[in-house]
Amino acid sequence: MSILDNGKTKKMELVCPAGNLPALKIAVDNGADAVYMGLKDDTNARHFAGLNFNEKRSYQAIEYAHQRGCKVYLAINTYPQANGWQRWKNAVDMAAKLEVDALIAADIGVLDYASSKYSELRLHLSVQGSATNAESINFYYDNFAVKRVVLPRVLSLKQVAQVAESSPVPLEVFGFGSLCVMVEGRCLLSSYATGQSPNTFGACSPASAVEWQETNSGLHTRLNNILIDSYKENEPAAYPTLCKGRFEVSSNTYYAIEEPTSLNTIELLPELQKIGIAAIKIEGRQRSTAYVNQVSKVWREALDACHNDSDHYVVKNEWLQTLHEVSEGRTTTLGAYHRPWQ
Amino acid sequence: MNTNMTKLSLGPIQYYWDRQTTFDFYKQIANSKIDIVYLGETVCSKRKLMRRNDWLEIAELLKASGKEVVLSSMTLIEANSELAAIKSLCGNSEYMIEANDMSVVQLLKDKPFVTGPSVNVYNPASLKMLAKHGLKRWVLPVELSKSSLADMQLERPAGVETEVIVYGRLPLAYSARCFTARSHNLPKDDCQYRCLDDPDGLMLSTQENEKFLILNGIQTQSAKTSNLILDLDELYKLNVDIFRISPASQHTVKIIDLFYKTLHESYSDKKANTELQKLMPVGGSCNGYWHGANGMDWKESTEEVLSQVTR
Repeated sequence: MSILDNGKTKKMELVCPAGNLPALKIAVDNGADAVYMGLKDDTNARHFAGLNFNEKRSYQAIEYAHQRGCKVYLAINTYPQANGWQRWKNAVDMAAKLEVDALIAADIGVLDYASSKYSELRLHLSVQGSATNAESINFYYDNFAVKRVVLPRVLSLKQVAQVAESSPVPLEVFGFGSLCVMVEGRCLLSSYATGQSPNTFGACSPASAVEWQETNSGLHTRLNNILIDSYKENEPAAYPTLCKGRFEVSSNTYYAIEEPTSLNTIELLPELQKIGIAAIKIEGRQRSTAYVNQVSKVWREALDACHNDSDHYVVKNEWLQTLHEVSEGRTTTLGAYHRPWQ
Repeated sequence: MNTNMTKLSLGPIQYYWDRQTTFDFYKQIANSKIDIVYLGETVCSKRKLMRRNDWLEIAELLKASGKEVVLSSMTLIEANSELAAIKSLCGNSEYMIEANDMSVVQLLKDKPFVTGPSVNVYNPASLKMLAKHGLKRWVLPVELSKSSLADMQLERPAGVETEVIVYGRLPLAYSARCFTARSHNLPKDDCQYRCLDDPDGLMLSTQENEKFLILNGIQTQSAKTSNLILDLDELYKLNVDIFRISPASQHTVKIIDLFYKTLHESYSDKKANTELQKLMPVGGSCNGYWHGANGMDWKESTEEVLSQVTR
């Protein structure tokens, strides 16, 4: 898709998380091509206390970004039920009023409303839309004229290339941050345990259900009283995301689903560029401004290096060090991009 | 309950059983009280002991026994080979297709279809949108409650049937990673089909021995069996047309009988529940999602008034 007629590849856009106005400003100042944000309610998949933007802040954010040539995307990417429908409609209306550069949505009802009411509003399919193949993308393209699709973090690099080859629209992929092991939009583990899921509530393993419990046998982390992990003295403890705990299967206790680790694809940039990926997304609207600062700097530098000369692109050690320091469990993985991970 | 119009369905087998076991299973199903049977591999495209023609042979058998047959698609479709398989599935015009991924809806090009539980139909606008493309039946997404269903039923487009999973371990998540292979320290590409060892999946427990989840290849299920036997009256009042049971390796026909007797023959739901508890795989019951609670919770049915929709 994004191979230009003259044979040169397009530059990949760096899309950074903006959980609040300070984070947004840092991302913009560090050279993000676009930032993405959410409103202060359950219409987006980072519905956390103290996070996100009201109307006034949204205007300030967009003004700040636009004055500096940075695009702003608004995520309305959870799944409304009938009793909340008005809130999602209001959010879409707000996106149009704010004149955001794109609305990132997942639910076909929301997409239908947005595309039929606001034909000028650019739509991106959220990762929560679970489009893992070109025919799914065709569905969203034919029905809602989505202009970009964010791929779930479940495809191998080869599969990403296959999808890119037949997709009618450019693709955005995740470059760095928290790793969803499950297909986004199709994971109900959190609501099974706590009643709240990314789809319904905009949160996974919500903080309100978390308990850190000191016991005689060490620290226990619980989610709605379910033991997610237990730690020996001095063993670093991780947030009890329920797919990243140690459980017992066939009498073995281990990270049965996934370790606490972050996704990092920085070494794949030349290949992603060759495939024609339009944008690299950095996860982490819920993270600190320090995280946004460090990660956006590294990725800006890496993308520039890749764009300038992808044949001689080398991952710098200092990039990796910085990224490891802000990673879950201080380790990173290529995740599903790397077939043996699967 | 005067429930002549309601039907019982059997969802697709979500585990990997050998070919003979699968054939034997459906021979029993052909003689059961089930009305509708969903057939096909929905979890992993590497599971190939049952070929397309085997499924069609079973479809014929069931059809000849008066069952309605629906062919179910895979759920997570990534590789080009998987896309090719669903293209061929969508070319079948004899049976209706259960779409478990939006790609299938796209490929069916407005032919009649069912959406399975993993297609996110969370609101009336979504239901209407899909109805324009030929939706004939939708299965309530796993995490939605009766109050959300009541709202959906109020605005349900004409000619669209509603199906709800009333019994079975719940499909909760799909991944690129195979957790069964991982549990054997094997990569997915060399999984040795170890999921054949676990006809009802592989138990994952907490370090306090609480039975929590079931690993079934790339799918994760609830360890508890979703069981709405005590809630059938509510489902009926909410105009649910079809009650879905998910296959387990043991006692599926007896379970179908219990639901049939409770729905159609005034058999006591409490008695049926007592019997179900003995028939279900280890882990116990849950019905929390239906009651708007944590999915894994178990709530005895309340006498709460369903204010909006009643028959």
